[in-house]
Amino acid sequence: MVLRLERGRPLTITQEGTAASHQVPALSVKDLKKVYQTPGGDVEAVRNLTFDLAPGEFVCLVGPSGAGKTTLLKCIAGLLAPTSGTVSVEGKVVTEPPKSLAVVFQEYGRSLFPWMSVRDNVELPLKNQGVDKAKRDQLVDEALEAVGLAHVPKSYPWQLSGGMQQRVAIARAIAYQPQVLLMDEPFAAVDAQTRADLEDLVRRVWKQLGITVLFVTHDIDESVYLGERVIVLSNSPTVVQEDLKIDLPAERDQLNTRSLPRFTELRGHVYEQIQRAKAASRPAASVTADNK
Amino acid sequence: MRFLKQIAYFVGLPIALILLWWVLTIDSTNFFVPKPGQLAETFVEVWFSERFFVDVLPSISRLLTGLVLSIVLGILFGIIIGSVRILRQLSEPVLEFFRAIPPPVLVPLLMLIIGINDQMKVMVIIFGAIWPVLLNTVEGVRAVDEVLSDTCRVYRISGFARFRYFVLRSASPQIMTGVRQSISIALILMVISEMFASSSGLGFAIVQFQRTFAVPQMWSGILLLGLMGVSLSLIFQFTEKRVLRWYYGLREVDR
Amino acid sequence: MHVTEAVTTQRARRASPWSQHPLAGPLLGVAGIVLFLLIWEAATRTGLVNPKFFPPATVVLAQLGQDLVSADFWASVGLTMRSWLIGLLSAGIAATALGFIIGSSTFLRRITHSTIEFLRPIPSVALIPLAVLLFGIKMESSLMLIIYASFWQILIQVLYGTADVDSVAMDTAKSYGLGWWARIRYVVWPTTLPYLITGLRLAAAVALILAITAELVIGAPGLGKEIALNQSGGSVVPMYSLVVATGLIGVAINIGMRLLEKRVLRWHSSQRGDVIV
Repeated sequence: MVLRLERGRPLTITQEGTAASHQVPALSVKDLKKVYQTPGGDVEAVRNLTFDLAPGEFVCLVGPSGAGKTTLLKCIAGLLAPTSGTVSVEGKVVTEPPKSLAVVFQEYGRSLFPWMSVRDNVELPLKNQGVDKAKRDQLVDEALEAVGLAHVPKSYPWQLSGGMQQRVAIARAIAYQPQVLLMDEPFAAVDAQTRADLEDLVRRVWKQLGITVLFVTHDIDESVYLGERVIVLSNSPTVVQEDLKIDLPAERDQLNTRSLPRFTELRGHVYEQIQRAKAASRPAASVTADNK
Repeated sequence: MRFLKQIAYFVGLPIALILLWWVLTIDSTNFFVPKPGQLAETFVEVWFSERFFVDVLPSISRLLTGLVLSIVLGILFGIIIGSVRILRQLSEPVLEFFRAIPPPVLVPLLMLIIGINDQMKVMVIIFGAIWPVLLNTVEGVRAVDEVLSDTCRVYRISGFARFRYFVLRSASPQIMTGVRQSISIALILMVISEMFASSSGLGFAIVQFQRTFAVPQMWSGILLLGLMGVSLSLIFQFTEKRVLRWYYGLREVDR
Repeated sequence: MHVTEAVTTQRARRASPWSQHPLAGPLLGVAGIVLFLLIWEAATRTGLVNPKFFPPATVVLAQLGQDLVSADFWASVGLTMRSWLIGLLSAGIAATALGFIIGSSTFLRRITHSTIEFLRPIPSVALIPLAVLLFGIKMESSLMLIIYASFWQILIQVLYGTADVDSVAMDTAKSYGLGWWARIRYVVWPTTLPYLITGLRLAAAVALILAITAELVIGAPGLGKEIALNQSGGSVVPMYSLVVATGLIGVAINIGMRLLEKRVLRWHSSQRGDVIV
C-alpha cells in the first residue's frame, strides 16, 4: 500500500518499506490540496502532497521558507480543512483535531497559557478529558521529569527562558499520550546551544515512548540529524520534492553524528534539493498529478 | 528606614494639605468652607446615626446589586457577541450608540417606564454601567491569540471548558479595564438617581442638606461619597492585582 | 481546477467567504440598526410595552427630524457643547501643565501619588450640591463638574506618559547639554503626546456625561435641562428624541476623537489602543 516513490532520486539508499507497509500507517496524507479563497482571488498554498508515516517513525519535513509547511501541518492537525484530498491518522480520516495527536507549535510564548503555572498547563488537556486526579498527577510528573522540568512546576511559563518554555510545551504534548506528535519548527526561536539540547531531548522522548513524530523545520542540519526519513518539500504551491531515507546510526549525538562523512553527504544532498526547490523546479510526476 | 520613608511619602502631602486647610480656616467665618475639626465632628454626628441604615445602606445595596449585575451580564453578553462574528458585526453600531448615550439621561427615562422605586435605580445603574464591560469583553474575546486558540483545538478543549480556561482568562485584562469604568459610572448613577427621584439614599440626603443650607452636613456627605469612591477603587485594585498577576508579570518580561 | 470534492467540515463552512468580504461588516452594521429599530417599533405597536411611556421608533425619529430643523434645539445643543468644550480645554490645559511638572521629578511623583489616588475616584457628582451653592444654575456649575471629572482622566494619562520617557534618550539629551525646556520639548513631549491624546479622548466622553448631568440635575441650560423639563411636563416623545440626540452627539464625539487620535499620532509607530485606563 505504501509505495515510496523513488523516482528521480540520485542517492538510492534502500529498498525498505516492506515491514511498515503492511500495517495501517500512523499518519497518511493523500492528494492533499489547499487553496485559500481570499478577496483578491484564490491562492494555491499546497498543490498535491502524498506521503505516509509508519507507526514509530521519526520523519522530518523540510522545505524552503514559504513552502506552505505551516498550512500543511494545520491540515494534518485538523485545524484547517483541506480543499481536497485526505489526511488520516491511524486509518481514520481527519475532520477535526484527532484525539491521538498532539502538536508543539513554533511560538512557544503563545502556545502556553500565560495565566496558568507550568504544571497547570501540562495538566489542562488531561483534566479536560476527565482523567482522574491520581493518574493525572502521575502523567504530569513523568512528563515534566522527562523534559527536565520537575523543579519548576509552580512557575509561570513567561518566567522561564524560551528553551524551557518549549520544554513545557513538549511535556504537555507527551503527557497527553498521543500516538502522533507534530512539531512545527519548534526550535526556530531558541538559541543554538539550547537547540542542540532540545534536539537530543526530542530524540530521547521519541525512543522512550515509541510514538510517531512529524517534525517540520527549515533547518537542513536539524532535519538530517533528527529524522529517520526526510521529506523535502518544493516551493509553494507545494508538492513533495523528495523522500529521503536517513541511514545514520540510531544512536545519535551532536558531536559524533554531525562529523560522520555520511551526515555531510546527506546534508549536502538535502541542501541541493532545497536549492532546486527554491528555483521552483517541481518533480515531473507530481506536476502531472495536477490537472494543469 | 526605607519603610519609614515610604510612609512619609504616602502621608506627607495629605497631612500638609490638611494642616494648610486648618491654618487657613482657623479664623474663617466663611459660610461655605467648614473647618477640619468641625467637618470630622459633623461627619460622625450625621452618618453614625440612624441615617446609616436609612440612607447609606440602601444606597450601597442598590449600587452593588446594579454593579454586580452589570458585570455579570456584560461579561455574558460580551462573550456571546464576541464569539459570533455575524452577531458582532450586526450589533456593533447599535452598541456603540448605547455606550455613547450619557447614562444620566436614562434616569428620567426609566423613571417614566418603571416608576420611582428601587428597581428603577438598579436598572439605571445596569443600563449605564453594562456597556464598558460588555464592549471591552467583546474586544477581549475577539483578540484571543490564534496560536492559543489552535492549542485548545488540538487538545480538544471546547465548549464550556474553552471559555473557562481560555477565553475568559485571555480577555480578563480588557474585562478589568471595563469593570473599572463601570464602577465609576455606577457610582455616579447611584447618586444621580437618588438626587433626581428618591426619598432616601445618599444622593437624596446630600441634596436635602444643600437645599436647607446645612453646609457642614453637605460637606460630610461629599466626604462620604469620596470615601466610597476610594474604597471601591481600593477593592478593585486589590482584585485586579490578583486576577491579572500573570498579565502584569508577562508585560514586565516583554519590556 | 477541480475543487469539487471539498471536504466540508464545520470550519470550512464557518469561514465562508462572504462574511469576510470587506463590505460585510458595515452592511451588517446597518442591518443591525434597522433590525433594532424594527424590534423597537414592533414592541410598541403590539403593545408589548406601553407606547404611552415608550413611543414607537418612527414617532421618535419623526420628532428628532423636527428637532433637527428647530432653532431652539440647536440653541440647546450649542449651550451643552459650549460647556463641554470650555470644560474639556480648561481641564486639558491644567492637567497637562500639572502632569508635566509632577512627571518631571521623581520626588513630586512620589509625594503626590497617594493624594492623586485619593482624589481621583471621588465621584464628580458628589460636587453637585457644592456647585449649586456656589454658582446656582449657571454654566459655571456645569464647568466645575466637567473640569473636575476630565482633569483626572487627562492627568493620569500624562503621568503615565512622562513615566514612559526612555531614560537613555533623556541621558543622551542631557549629555548633549539640552536644557530643561529643550528636554521637555524634544524628549518628554513627543513621548507623552500619545498618552495625552488618549487622555483627551477618554475625557471627552466623560465631559459630555457631566455636561448633561449638570443640566439634568442642577438645571444649567442645555440639552439635559430640556430633557428634565420634558420629563416633568409629561412630553414623552420630545424627551425620547432628545435622549437619542445626546446619544448621537456622544457617537459623534467618540468618532471625532478617534479621528483626531489617528491624525495626531500618524507618525507614531504603535498606535496606542491598549493603554490601561
